[in-house]
Amino acid sequence: MHETTAQEPVFTGERRERLVTILQRYPTKRAALLPALWMVQEAHGWISDGAMAEVAQVLDLTPAYVKGVVTFYTMYHQHPVGKYFIQVCTTTPCNICGAEKVAEAFLQATGCAELGATSPDGRFTVIEVECLGACGFATPVLINDDFIDGVTPEGVRELLARYP
Amino acid sequence: MGYPHAPHDKETVVLSRYFGDAEARTYDGWTKRGGYQALEQALGTDPQVVTDAVKASGLRGRGGAGFPAGVKWDFMPKQKSKPHYLCCNADESEPGTFKDREIMRWTPHALIEGCAITAHAIRAETVYVYIRGEFTEPIRIMQAALDEAYKRGVLGKNAMGTGVPIDVYIHRGAGAYICGEETALMNSIEGRRGNPRIRPPFPAAVGVFGMPTTINNVETLTSVLHIITHGAEWYKGLSLSNPKSTGTKLMSVCGHVARPGNYEITMGFPMQDLIYEMCGGMRQGRALKAVIPGGSSVPLLNREEAEGCVLDYEGVVAAGSMLGSGGMIVFDDSADLVYQMMRIAKFYAHESCAQCTQCREGTAWTVRILQKILAGQGEMQDIDLLLDLGEQMTGKTICVLSDSCAAPVGSAIKKFPLEFEAYIKGARRPVAALA
Repeated sequence: MHETTAQEPVFTGERRERLVTILQRYPTKRAALLPALWMVQEAHGWISDGAMAEVAQVLDLTPAYVKGVVTFYTMYHQHPVGKYFIQVCTTTPCNICGAEKVAEAFLQATGCAELGATSPDGRFTVIEVECLGACGFATPVLINDDFIDGVTPEGVRELLARYP
Repeated sequence: MGYPHAPHDKETVVLSRYFGDAEARTYDGWTKRGGYQALEQALGTDPQVVTDAVKASGLRGRGGAGFPAGVKWDFMPKQKSKPHYLCCNADESEPGTFKDREIMRWTPHALIEGCAITAHAIRAETVYVYIRGEFTEPIRIMQAALDEAYKRGVLGKNAMGTGVPIDVYIHRGAGAYICGEETALMNSIEGRRGNPRIRPPFPAAVGVFGMPTTINNVETLTSVLHIITHGAEWYKGLSLSNPKSTGTKLMSVCGHVARPGNYEITMGFPMQDLIYEMCGGMRQGRALKAVIPGGSSVPLLNREEAEGCVLDYEGVVAAGSMLGSGGMIVFDDSADLVYQMMRIAKFYAHESCAQCTQCREGTAWTVRILQKILAGQGEMQDIDLLLDLGEQMTGKTICVLSDSCAAPVGSAIKKFPLEFEAYIKGARRPVAALA
């Protein structure tokens, strides 16, 4: 487990205003939970217990409830991850087109010891993801918010050069 | 990035007409191509007339279930006593399916227009477009189009200057296949875990925020605008087979074909022509082994069944499977179906929301038993065990995720038993990583 070091509060200034705008889209405060959690992750790169407590407070929920939701959705990081979070699709359609070799190439090129691990320099975390919804353009990869399809094992090093 | 691909002669290009045409993404580009005329026309028409047109067109849900769209809309209360909602299901996560992504990437205004027309038909003032979290590019493009649509007065408190209020918002998912199930989707919009709800009550009575709600897929909603533009009769005429399956369908074809991609067909088109002509057949020197025709949740077809299959709702059922979302996973003779069934089961085990025992345990045990077989440690009784397990997973849970794991695995065992036996009897080398 990671210690929750003191983080800056998320919902101040511009982000507070954005949250107020988001709240206007829904009849309940609770409905802003997923968008609020996205804002936390955007600010800190992951969602700490402290941040969950802050979200709970601004949306009138309990921290336990917020944690229950965070743990349901795989895209919310409950621990810090590398500067570049790499998700390689290895579900059946991509799998039969060689996606496991692409995932392997990412592990080798990044120096990540295994899937889910972060490279020693803190730059990369590589995971296998279940179906990215671009099955005709195997193998799709998500690097942070960049969606790249048609990735081959040979193309991995060149691709990573774009992520210093 | 897959597009533009020049449409094949045999495609019926309706939804995909502007795929690859970046100018169509903008408001000006869209209106230049006739965009928002259907919406203007619909807003000047009684909601029931719009619903009746969609009913008459025969349009059926393109997300997988194939339920008649107009009939679904008709379940909504006619006398409005509380807010109504429309949810657009853009959580496209069914392995093999990648059509909604292209609709959003290339023609975001078409989806917005379809949403707004449908909102009017069901008397909803708020639309949530639930887009899966991984679809970063479609989300960006959709948001830009929405911003433009608001700026140009298409949406808002006075949509198209008609006094009708229509708001459309994007709600970003966060990585959960199950949120494509309509009641889980509503829970996710409400800020809850994406657990499916027990029905009844049905969404048209008690939906998102407890209000009457309709949920439609991206492709369904986009088809609506063409029905309004060209008329129900025109849409009904788009059928090569039978009057129960009308219109065009985007078929996502992936796997071992020479040219994977999205191909728009008229309902009733032969699967054989789709695979061998449009997609250029199998990869060099390879032969077709099997097809999962409707996204990974449906039974697999062997070569004979696939080659004789007519692509419409009834035709794929007659062949022994389901049209589902129209995501076709094509396997050639190099594919290890035992390993791929394990990968499919792993998908469902990963995506199970875990509230029903049959699903939580069943999907996980399907993976474990298949891994044991792949490791060369299987016994013949494991095959019966898998089939028995599949039966326990079918028709017993709140939603059909569990059934969706059992269907492909069970069909592969029944249609390709020798592949499973080869691992068990030592005729095939165990998978090293699992041994």
